[in-house]
Amino acid sequence: MNLSESFLTALDSLLANKMRAVLTMLGVIIGVAAVISLMSIGNGLNASITSEIQSIGTNLLTISTDMDNSDGYQTLSMSDVAALSDSLNAPALGEVAAMVQGNQAVVNGSNEIQTAVAGITANYLFVSNLDEMQNGNGITQNDVDTKARVAVLGSEAATDLFEEAYPIGQSVKINGVSYEVIGVLTESGSGFGNTDGNVFVPITTAHSRLYADRTRDGEKAVTVITAQAASEAETDAAIEQITETLRRQHDIVYAADDDFSIFSQADLLDTFDTITASLTAFLGAIAGISLVVGGIGIMNIMLVSVTERTREIGIRKAVGAMKRDILAQFLLESVLLSILGGFLGIVLGWIVSRVGGNLLDFETIVDAGTVMMATGFATAVGLIFGIYPAWRAADLRPIEALRYE
Amino acid sequence: MITMQNITKSYEMGTQVVHALRGVDMQINEGEFVAIMGPSGSGKSTLMNIIGCLDIPNSGTYTIDDIDVSHMSDDEQAKIRNQRIGFVFQQFNLLPRTSALKQVALPLMYAGYNRAERTARAQEALQAVGLGDRMDHRPDELSGGQQQRVAIARALATDPNIILADEPTGNLDTQSGAEIMQIFKTLHEEKGITLIMITHDPEIGEQAERVIWIRDGLIQ
Ligand SMILES: Nc1ncnc2c1ncn2[C@@H]1O[C@H](COP(=O)(O)OP(=O)(O)O)[C@@H](O)[C@H]1O
Ligand SMILES: [Mg+2]
Repeated sequence: MNLSESFLTALDSLLANKMRAVLTMLGVIIGVAAVISLMSIGNGLNASITSEIQSIGTNLLTISTDMDNSDGYQTLSMSDVAALSDSLNAPALGEVAAMVQGNQAVVNGSNEIQTAVAGITANYLFVSNLDEMQNGNGITQNDVDTKARVAVLGSEAATDLFEEAYPIGQSVKINGVSYEVIGVLTESGSGFGNTDGNVFVPITTAHSRLYADRTRDGEKAVTVITAQAASEAETDAAIEQITETLRRQHDIVYAADDDFSIFSQADLLDTFDTITASLTAFLGAIAGISLVVGGIGIMNIMLVSVTERTREIGIRKAVGAMKRDILAQFLLESVLLSILGGFLGIVLGWIVSRVGGNLLDFETIVDAGTVMMATGFATAVGLIFGIYPAWRAADLRPIEALRYE
Repeated sequence: MITMQNITKSYEMGTQVVHALRGVDMQINEGEFVAIMGPSGSGKSTLMNIIGCLDIPNSGTYTIDDIDVSHMSDDEQAKIRNQRIGFVFQQFNLLPRTSALKQVALPLMYAGYNRAERTARAQEALQAVGLGDRMDHRPDELSGGQQQRVAIARALATDPNIILADEPTGNLDTQSGAEIMQIFKTLHEEKGITLIMITHDPEIGEQAERVIWIRDGLIQ
């Protein structure tokens, strides 16, 4: 019997027992689809978090007071910003910006929100990668120099305060004083630490009207200094220079600890890498279990049908089938089922991953290695449990196969 | 011509050994209609399975037309079964969920006929057993008698010169049994096929040209 005959026989046999064929395939489909979709969601999440952090800029450094070493005082001030901006002190730094922040009630007519109101230097939004405007302008150096009562709204704050109305040129009240709205920022995204609900005013205005905190030396305090390393490669040098400069500024003696802390985006990236890696591993474990369950499903169907199939083999041998005819038929049956099941599993997994990505609002990543591993495993299980019983039965004498129970 | 010399066959059941055949000598000529009779458990089926190359003896020689088949390889025996022997079993032994036409075409496929030839010959064989109008029916859509006729058509498909039937009417009512016997007799008379039939039924024994009696694994 030639191959095409064996193929047609295998096809005939599958069609004669569609239920068994579908159930077997279902195991392969579920296993493959589960692995592909779960892994793609894990990978996608990882990539989306990484790119979000990278979009802020991996050379961004954030300096804040280390409250454990400051006797309850804020330690950072505008003179620190000036010192860090001096390229003699910190040649590895580019732009240095500052921000002083607290919670305030912001009011427009009957709309009131409690939100973070930040006093910022003119370059702050740019340094923090938040300088894309939806409407109007950002805070200028002139606004800072003149302590202007102007405000820039995050997109969400603008909607909450003005609803459908056009906010530019209107005024909002912060701490009882009116500010002219000069700009609205674009939505920064769904990610962590998002500032869409915040309101920004010039740092000088904030210092004189909103936040009276002083450092131990009596200078006006800033909450955060953000600085860009001149390049990603110079991040370490920049951290060292910041440390030296600030220790000198703050008169910290050799033996004492820093009264500030420096946080780089690279640190953040590492932290999230660890989190997403364990998330991916967790999803992978669930996927692996699905694969094994699918495999057991395949195995069960195959083993349940062994009796019937052994008799079938007996009948076929009695009327003249040779061992290789039997093996070819069963091999082709298993191959057909596994390939078709694997293919459907890939399609289903891809669809689930797409739908999941849409629901979770990030791009899922289907990687070829996962697809091959899952399909390979499910196919192997299908093949082994499809062929092994046939292999044994083909070795039996026809009468033994006919009598099998 | 079928010749057996000193054929023995025993089964091991755990520690116990069952001697099903204890040294059978026998000869069946071409074109004979032979009934094999004997009490239950006497070794009739065992003997028939060996004649049909479905099983192998422990010792002894067995030839069909002077060809020694007892020492052939599995595949060579498959070829003998395919071309020279047709089987009819008490339990029909049809493939489940498979049409009558495909059942009958099965031995033809293993014999290497192409699809068209297979269909033509299978149709012919089914018509010969009076099932021309039941070709697309599956076993569960046929009566016992009809299933047994499909089995006979399958046994006839490759034009074998020997038909082995192990209590072919054992699972049938009297009426269907009689019809099946009529088909066998016609085949034997018109085609000169060698017919070897195991039976309990003395009436069937009377229709045979010769009865071989077997008891405790020995020909009487
Ligand atoms: N596969 C087998 N395993 C063990 N014992 C068997 C097997 N087949 C037949 N026997 C035993 O061999 C003896 C002959 O059986 P069998 O040829 O089927 O008898 P009959 O067909 O005359 O009723 C019986 O004792 C039976 O139990
Ligand atoms: Mg018997």
